[in-house]
Amino acid sequence: MIEIKDLHKSYKMGNNSLHVLKGINFNVKEGELVAIMGSSGSGKSTLLNILGMLDVLDEGSYTLDGVPIVDLNETKAAKYRNKFLGFIFQSFNLINYKSAAENVALPLYYQGVGRKERQEKALKYLEQVGLKQWAGHLPSELSGGQKQRVAIARALAAEPKVLMADEPTGALDSKTSYEVMDLIQKINDAGNTILIVTHEPDIADMCKRIVHLKDGVIVEDKIVDQVRASQYV
Amino acid sequence: MKFIFSSNTWQEIFGSIGKNKTRTAITVIGVLWGIFIYIALAGAAKGLDNGFERAFESTAMNSMFVWAQSTSMPYEGYKTGRSLQLKLSDVNTLKNRIPEIQYIAPRNAKGVFGGSQAAVVRGQKTGNAPVYGDFPIYTKIATKKIYDGGRFINDEDIEQARKVVVIGERTQKEIFEEDENPIGEFIRVDNIYFQIVGVHKFVPGGGFESDTDMYIPYSTYKKLYNTGENVDWLTIAAYDDADVIQAEKDVKAVLKSIHNVNPEDERAIGAFNLGEIFNRITGFAKGLTFLSLIVGIATILAGVISIGNILLISVKERTKELGIRRALGATPKEVRNLIILESVFLTVISGIMGIVLGALVLYGIDAATQDTDMPYTNPTLPISYVLGALGIMVFLGTLIGLIPAQRAVSIKPIDALREE
Ligand SMILES: Nc1ncnc2c1ncn2[C@@H]1O[C@H](COP(=O)(O)OP(=O)(O)O)[C@@H](O)[C@H]1O
Ligand SMILES: [Mg+2]
Repeated sequence: MIEIKDLHKSYKMGNNSLHVLKGINFNVKEGELVAIMGSSGSGKSTLLNILGMLDVLDEGSYTLDGVPIVDLNETKAAKYRNKFLGFIFQSFNLINYKSAAENVALPLYYQGVGRKERQEKALKYLEQVGLKQWAGHLPSELSGGQKQRVAIARALAAEPKVLMADEPTGALDSKTSYEVMDLIQKINDAGNTILIVTHEPDIADMCKRIVHLKDGVIVEDKIVDQVRASQYV
Repeated sequence: MKFIFSSNTWQEIFGSIGKNKTRTAITVIGVLWGIFIYIALAGAAKGLDNGFERAFESTAMNSMFVWAQSTSMPYEGYKTGRSLQLKLSDVNTLKNRIPEIQYIAPRNAKGVFGGSQAAVVRGQKTGNAPVYGDFPIYTKIATKKIYDGGRFINDEDIEQARKVVVIGERTQKEIFEEDENPIGEFIRVDNIYFQIVGVHKFVPGGGFESDTDMYIPYSTYKKLYNTGENVDWLTIAAYDDADVIQAEKDVKAVLKSIHNVNPEDERAIGAFNLGEIFNRITGFAKGLTFLSLIVGIATILAGVISIGNILLISVKERTKELGIRRALGATPKEVRNLIILESVFLTVISGIMGIVLGALVLYGIDAATQDTDMPYTNPTLPISYVLGALGIMVFLGTLIGLIPAQRAVSIKPIDALREE
C-alpha cells in the first residue's frame, strides 16, 4: 500500500538547514495498523505529513497504492488526499460553524458527491462512531472524545485507502483515549490501513506494528501482539 | 463555470456567509453604503438639474431682454444724459445685421415698469391690470399657456388693430362668475371695449409676469396709448447653438449705432441676459452632477476596498478552516473560487439593497418637494448608470477578492493547519 525509499527531508530556516528525515525506508501493507513512535522532535509528524501529501519530500520515492507520488503540485496533492487519505489530528480540526454531520460530509463535497448522498453517508459514519444523535450539534457542544470521533467519522466518510492519525489521543484523558483506540481497532478489524503517530507506549501497544524513529532514521520496526483497547473501556 | 451553477457551491457559500453573521453584516453595510450614497447623490443632482430645467421651461433658454436707458457719454454732438427710445424699425435692423437672432418680439407695457395699470371694467365689477402690447411672435420666445377655447394675439389682430385682449386667470376670477365663459365677452380697458379672445394660465417663476397681465395687439396698444412707433423693450431669442453673450454684445452695438450712442457707453442700453444666467445655473447643476459622480465613485471604491479588507481579515481568521478544507481535498482553485464567489455574492446582494434604499430615498425627496417651489423634479438615474455602478462593483469586488483568495492558497495546508 505504501512504499517509501530513501526519504530525506530538511527544513530550511534562514541560512540553517535542519535535516529531519535522513533516509527512511518503509513499507506498509493493506490492513496494517502501524504506530510511528519516537521522542518529541524526532520527525514523526514530518514523516506522516509527507505520507499524507500535506508536505513534500526532498529526496527519495513514495508510492501509494501503486501510484508513484511525483511532481506533486497543490491541486494534484489535494485530489490525492481526497481520494486516498483520511486524516485524524490531535486537535480534531473540525470546522466550528458546521454541525457534526456537515463536518463529516465535507470530504464528500470535495469528491463531488451529491447533497442527499452526502447526508446519508455522514449519518451512516456518525452512527458507526456512535454519535448519530449528535449529528446536528456544533463541535463546541461536544466533548473532546466526541469531537475526535466526529473527526474519525469524517476521515472514514471519504472511504480512503489509508487513515493517518497524528497523536489522535494526545488531547484526551486515558479513558477517552482507550475509547478512541477501541474505535480505531474496530475500523482496522474491518480491513482499513491505519498509521498512528504517538509517543505514548500504551497507545503504540494497541497497534499491530511499531516503527521507532530516532535522529531521522528508523531504529526499530517490529510486529507486536496487539493489546485490545476494549478491555479498558 | 460549472462551479458557479452548482447548488453544492452555493450551499457552501450560504453556509459560510450565514454562519459568520458579523463579517457578513459589516461587508454588506460597507457596500450598501457606497452604492446608496452614489444613487442618492447622483439622483438628487439629476433632480436639481431637471428642476432648473423645468423652472425655465416657459422661456427660451437663450433669450434676453433689451431696453433703452439714457446715455452716459457725449457722442457726435449729443450731450450726456439724453434718453433713448427704441423704435419698431430697430427690430428689422437687428434681424438683418445679426444672424444669430432667431426671434425678436418688441413689447410695450403699461403698469409694469412704469405708468399706472389699466382700469378694467365689466358691468359693476372693476379692477386694475398691467397691459402689454404684443406681437404673436412673442409666444415663440416665451410660451403662454392659453386655456382651452381661447387663443393668443394673431397676425390679423395686428393688421386690423383689433380690440381683442387675452386676460389673466386672476382677472377672470375677479370679473366673471365661475360658470361664465369669458371668451367672446366684452370688457372695458381704460374705457375702450375689448373682446376677450383668451385666458392665459399663469406659470410662476417667470420674472415680472403676473396672473393679471393683459395682452392686446401691438397696433391696438399704439392707438390706445398713442405710443407711435415706440417700443419699451425687445425680447430676443438667439438660435440654440449661438453664443448668447456675444449676441447680447452685438445687439447692444447695433442699437448704439442706430441711436447715435458712443460705442463705449455701457449704460445707454440695458439688457438682462437669461441665457447667461441659465448657463450659470446649468453649469452649477452640471458641476453638482460631476461632484456627485466623483463622490459616488469614491464611496463605491471605499466600499469595495472595505470588502477586500474584510475578506483579507476573514481569510486570516479562516486560515485554519481553509487548511482543513484543503487537507480534506479542496484544490487551491476551489478555495479561491469559494472566496471570490463569496465576495461577488455579497457585493451583488448589498449593491441591490443599496440601490433599493437609494431609490426609496430619492422617491421620498421627490414626494416631499412635489408641491414646493424647490427646483427639484424627477430625481432619476438612467438604469445604465445603476447597472454600470453595480457592474463596476462586481468587477472590483472580484479583483479585490483575488488578493485574499491568493493569500489563502499561498500558505501550505500543513502551515494553515498548525495555525491556532
Ligand atoms: N515547518 C517547520 N519548519 C521548521 N522546522 C520544523 C518545521 N516542522 C517541524 N520542524 C522541526 O523538525 C523537527 C521534527 O518535527 P516533527 O516532525 O514535528 O517532530 P515530532 O512530530 O516527532 O515531534 C523538530 O525539530 C521541529 O522543530
Ligand atoms: Mg508531532
